[in-house]
Amino acid sequence: MEAISTWLPIVWAMILGAAVALYVVLDGFDLGIGILFPASPEEERRDVMMNSIAPFWDGNETWLILGGGGLFVAFPLAYAIIMPAFYLPVIIMLLALVFRGVAFEFRWVAKPKHELWDLAFAGGSIVAAFMQGVILGGLVAGVRVENGAFSGGSFDWLTLFALFTGLATVAGYGLLGATWLVMKTEGEVAERARAQAKMLLPAVLAAMAIVSLWTPLMFPRIWERWFSLPNLFYLSPVPLLTALAAYTCWRGLERRHDSTPFVSAIALFLLGFIGLAISNLPYLVPPSVTIWDAAAHPSSQLFMLVGVLLLLPIILAYTVFVYWTFRGKVRAGEGYH
Amino acid sequence: MDPDAVLLARVQFAFTVSFHIIFPSFTIGLAAFIATLLVRWRMTGEEHFRTLARFWTKIFAVSFAMGVVSGLVLSYQFGTNWSRFSVVVGNVLGPLLGYEVLSAFFLEASFLGIMLFGWNRVSPNLHVLSAILVAIGTSFSAFWILAANSWMQTPAGHEMKDGIAYPVDWLQIVFNPSFPYRFAHMFTAAYLTTSLVVLAVGARYLAARRFEKEARTMMRMGLGMVAVLAPLQALIGDRHGLNTLEHQPAKIAAIEAHWDGSKPGELVLFAIPNQTAEENSLEISLPNMASLLLTHDREGLFKGLKDFPPEDRPPVLAPFFAFRAMVGAGLLMIVIGAVGALLWLRGRLFDTRWYLHSVQYAWPLGFLAILAGWWVTETGRQPWLATGIVRTAEAASPVSFGAVLVTLILFVLVYTVVFSMGIYYINRLIENGPMGAAIGPEPGEAMPSRPLAAATDAARHAIEEAR
Repeated sequence: MEAISTWLPIVWAMILGAAVALYVVLDGFDLGIGILFPASPEEERRDVMMNSIAPFWDGNETWLILGGGGLFVAFPLAYAIIMPAFYLPVIIMLLALVFRGVAFEFRWVAKPKHELWDLAFAGGSIVAAFMQGVILGGLVAGVRVENGAFSGGSFDWLTLFALFTGLATVAGYGLLGATWLVMKTEGEVAERARAQAKMLLPAVLAAMAIVSLWTPLMFPRIWERWFSLPNLFYLSPVPLLTALAAYTCWRGLERRHDSTPFVSAIALFLLGFIGLAISNLPYLVPPSVTIWDAAAHPSSQLFMLVGVLLLLPIILAYTVFVYWTFRGKVRAGEGYH
Repeated sequence: MDPDAVLLARVQFAFTVSFHIIFPSFTIGLAAFIATLLVRWRMTGEEHFRTLARFWTKIFAVSFAMGVVSGLVLSYQFGTNWSRFSVVVGNVLGPLLGYEVLSAFFLEASFLGIMLFGWNRVSPNLHVLSAILVAIGTSFSAFWILAANSWMQTPAGHEMKDGIAYPVDWLQIVFNPSFPYRFAHMFTAAYLTTSLVVLAVGARYLAARRFEKEARTMMRMGLGMVAVLAPLQALIGDRHGLNTLEHQPAKIAAIEAHWDGSKPGELVLFAIPNQTAEENSLEISLPNMASLLLTHDREGLFKGLKDFPPEDRPPVLAPFFAFRAMVGAGLLMIVIGAVGALLWLRGRLFDTRWYLHSVQYAWPLGFLAILAGWWVTETGRQPWLATGIVRTAEAASPVSFGAVLVTLILFVLVYTVVFSMGIYYINRLIENGPMGAAIGPEPGEAMPSRPLAAATDAARHAIEEAR
């Protein structure tokens, strides 16, 4: 039993990490479409932008439910600490997702009076992305815990660092959305998206650099993790690969490639995610609760692991199938409604 | 957490969960209805089945979107409002919710994309299959969430150590004592609710002499289901009630407003139960009838509220009145089904004007019954969150009164705007009818612009009126 309670939380941390990473990338690009909405006021362009993600958004958002649900299943103590600690940002994010989610359907049935739902879609996407960044930043900055419960106040999460990561997330999702449009659309929509991606890429890189300097300077444990020897040597591929991904993204945009900018932007995101994981593991709720402290009973983790190993490959297979079904460029006027 | 904040957190959760339940209970049945329409279209080749499937798919999409976003809120509210709950029962309930996400949510969300947007992208058979997979996904979802809720009502297969529940036997946890009854009752309720909506929409068109071919199909399919399911639901409900008497006697005592367990219970038709005086005022009741129903013996005894210490009693008013509302709605559905079946047998279903004109307003009955039923079972479980394991008041999060109040106000504002708009749009889709609601271009046809679609509608309307 000793061994099982050591490695099960590690397996679960990897599964949960993969689910969150998938969520960030998948819902990231479709939230990004909403973030870019204000810059494209023309109705026809907005139709195309929305149609490029309409068949996928619901499946993408399900990874967020798996993220929350997975935390509840595998690490109930962490779930019980994080949710009250980020009470306001979590609920505001959910309400923003309500507006944005219904806008996908309401916008079409409301036409020609759909301005309200354009606003709901854009506003909901921006606020949801910002709050996700705030929660992430707040978590990295640390949560006050006493006797296994959150012991801070309603606004503990409100720090300069969390606000900065919130803005960075909006820019990052915007980059994913813009590169998605470069890949999935053509003509003026793709042109504008390419120009937007060229503006967002440097901003995202700057944000990543600032977070990479800010966190080790703020927290000695993160400094120790990255800059002590031999860690520095083992971990140096992370920033190097990040630079490479940024370069291929930029070059893909310059050379008018369809899909390299999107793929490189995903790589950027995953590297950023891996960087944050390296900084904070084994803490699930920094700076005190580790994945072993928060783990559910081994029987629960095992029962659910069977389901994940059986069902996750099937889920991934049909997710790929859906994306393959709706492959290729979306054209103006090619509505589904 | 202070008692006022607990009360607010309960109000907030009751509000969001009550809003949510409306949409899945509609889309579970609607997914199956659309899949059936598509299968019949493939088998018979009759185009009006496809027209109807496309029409209801639009309504499904709007309802499903509202169900998804309101459900997402709930999966986080367990933590934001009831964090102690996840610590105490997370080991047991976590995997049930996890299986719901893995087996149901991904299935329905992924194939929904093909069901909504794949009309011309994939082969007809694959499209029909997607609709069937969405219907299966919604049923799996109901299975797991009802297993979780039933375990909270009648926990089994676990052991308690230091105030925390640990799993012992997963089969006993999933198939806990009340689960088969609750699942059958809720699943039938979902199908019944959708059938009633379909029947009412068919009647609405026939009453206005619009889309008559489609409307007749809707009425036949809707009425066929209501006539069978409404009486069946009464039987299932009876079994469910007997199961509750066995495992949650306090809930039954509250439903019946039965205070004194040493006497046979009368069937209280109306009363104002008074929790502090421990009696009913303005009572109208049938002597010994509750005992007959619950124990199948006129002199049979079942526990009264006074048999439980006051701190273990559920509130009486909510389960008492909600139960009567549910049963009233159920009886009305049985009447609608029986009268409709009689008219159908005599060949008068489609031209009995009074029936069409009244049944078109019957669509909310199923929703009313489902909401009332959930209020019965959830308020009747109080003061426990998970019976005998953790009380609702102990499970609350360490969150301030102000934070809960602000978010409660936000929820009420947002849900009122979003969901009233949603219902308005659904009504408008129904008003436009099956012909005005093309989802996409027919194969080989240009994208219909709005005026064209409206013109087709008007032309068809005119033809039908001339007939």
